[in-house]
Amino acid sequence: MTTNNWTPEQPIVSLNNVYKSFGELEVLKGISFDVMKGEVICIIGPSGSGKSTLIRCINALNDINSGSIKVHGLEVNDSNLNKLELRKNVGMVFQQYNLFPHKTALENIMMAPELVLKEPKGDVLVKAQALIRKVRLEDKQNNYPAELSGGQQQRVAIARSLAMNPDVMLFDEVTAALDPETVKEVLVTIKELAAEGMTCILVTHEMGFARELADHIYFTDRGIIVEHGPPATFFKEAKDPRTKEFLSQIL
Amino acid sequence: MFGYLNHIPGISPNSQQSDLPVLLPYQGHSAGKPEDLRFSRWLASSSPWVLLVIFLLISFYPLAVLAQSKYTLIQAFATLWRWLPFVVGSGFVMNLLISFFTMLFGTVAGVFLGLGQISVVAPVRKFSWFITQLFRNSPWLVLLFIVMLTFPFEIEIGEHIISIPDWMKAVFGLSLPIMANISEVVRGAVQSVPTGQWEASESLAFSRVQTIWKIILPQCFKRMIPPWMNWYAILTMATPLVSLLGVEEIVTLSRQAMEAEDNHPELLIPFFGFALLIFFAYCYPIARWTLKLEERYSVKL
Repeated sequence: MTTNNWTPEQPIVSLNNVYKSFGELEVLKGISFDVMKGEVICIIGPSGSGKSTLIRCINALNDINSGSIKVHGLEVNDSNLNKLELRKNVGMVFQQYNLFPHKTALENIMMAPELVLKEPKGDVLVKAQALIRKVRLEDKQNNYPAELSGGQQQRVAIARSLAMNPDVMLFDEVTAALDPETVKEVLVTIKELAAEGMTCILVTHEMGFARELADHIYFTDRGIIVEHGPPATFFKEAKDPRTKEFLSQIL
Repeated sequence: MFGYLNHIPGISPNSQQSDLPVLLPYQGHSAGKPEDLRFSRWLASSSPWVLLVIFLLISFYPLAVLAQSKYTLIQAFATLWRWLPFVVGSGFVMNLLISFFTMLFGTVAGVFLGLGQISVVAPVRKFSWFITQLFRNSPWLVLLFIVMLTFPFEIEIGEHIISIPDWMKAVFGLSLPIMANISEVVRGAVQSVPTGQWEASESLAFSRVQTIWKIILPQCFKRMIPPWMNWYAILTMATPLVSLLGVEEIVTLSRQAMEAEDNHPELLIPFFGFALLIFFAYCYPIARWTLKLEERYSVKL
């Protein structure tokens, strides 16, 4: 990244008192948390609690009203922010996959490194093929997204984000649109990614997955972080009544 | 008889008769607005034989009446036959030439105007919107008159004098409404792409220009073809307008030919009937093809 005032001892993503409203509707009311490099963070909470908005603010898909978001030393809430520079370092995977339907799986992965990072085509091809093997879809590399199942599309979407060599990956309810059988294959991919030391921020409803994988869990409700902690204590010793209620309904 | 007694909604084999709307066959939605294709639909929904029969009835009834005069039907058609190479070779070819160039200029300008309508720069967006609305909602003939009468017939560039033929001016005049309508087609098609595509593209650090040209436009290209062809057919049928301004196309030349043949009123129907037929023969297949493409592209998404 161009601004290199970041050192590994500092959080790679740091939110400080983030406020966000859509018109009258206040969605985030003072969110703060830090993510260290290599950590896996899960954000859980009821629908409409601002989880997706929160994660979308981190790569500036949504602007925030006040507060500070620092990613790798780069202030996101800055009108002079070079959004392209930020997004080269923050990968994002969506609930609806959003693969480009007019390109094959492999081309989907190759597009951004070629056009945005201007990497030579030969290198990009090698990288893309390695990534598609990594998500175990090498036999589907020349298929168009419409010919792939939801889980396969989502794994291509993950590979597409990884092709940009991001420092942080954002996952916005990536398994919510999948049927239960394919959820697993996507979660396995994310698990492998986390094992390799990728910093991951996930919005998820997969409690089992959060419990197994997360270094830290944040529970949001009505725009604030109600409770947080490592999975061991979070699931067993939830104190706040809202968290308790949510967990009792979902577990 | 009493068929309704056996009719079970949604279960009876002929689903067209179902009174449950959800069970009726899906009618594909086209790109842009449905009214863009109203003409094609009308034209293509009539079978060729019906249209031909109507045409023949209309043309032959008066012919039969006129045939009682001295200048016989056969003579009139013989005259048409003699003039045919001139009317088609110099006339209809000119109509096609005008339609090609108009579509070319209109499409190129229309794509940029349409992209202007979705620009992030507010003045560009508003200006593009204004130009689009202005030329979409003006009579084509008025635009033609303005261009024909205000454009110079020659341009001086240094020492060279380039003359602009009348038909070229007609092309500019007709390009304006085509540009405006293509602009709307482009805007409609771009807006029909799901926002998730924009977000995915943005989050991969594509610039806006890259997003539009590499991600969005390739996806809506197919969706733009049917309305684009529809506008081409409409334009082709509008090209005889330029005869009012003296451009030597099929209608102008037909009139000249009739004058050369002493203006027998019996000639009117063979000559103009032929003009009608040749436009029909050219535009009807385009309309059918448009509809076919529209169906094909509306299913696949």
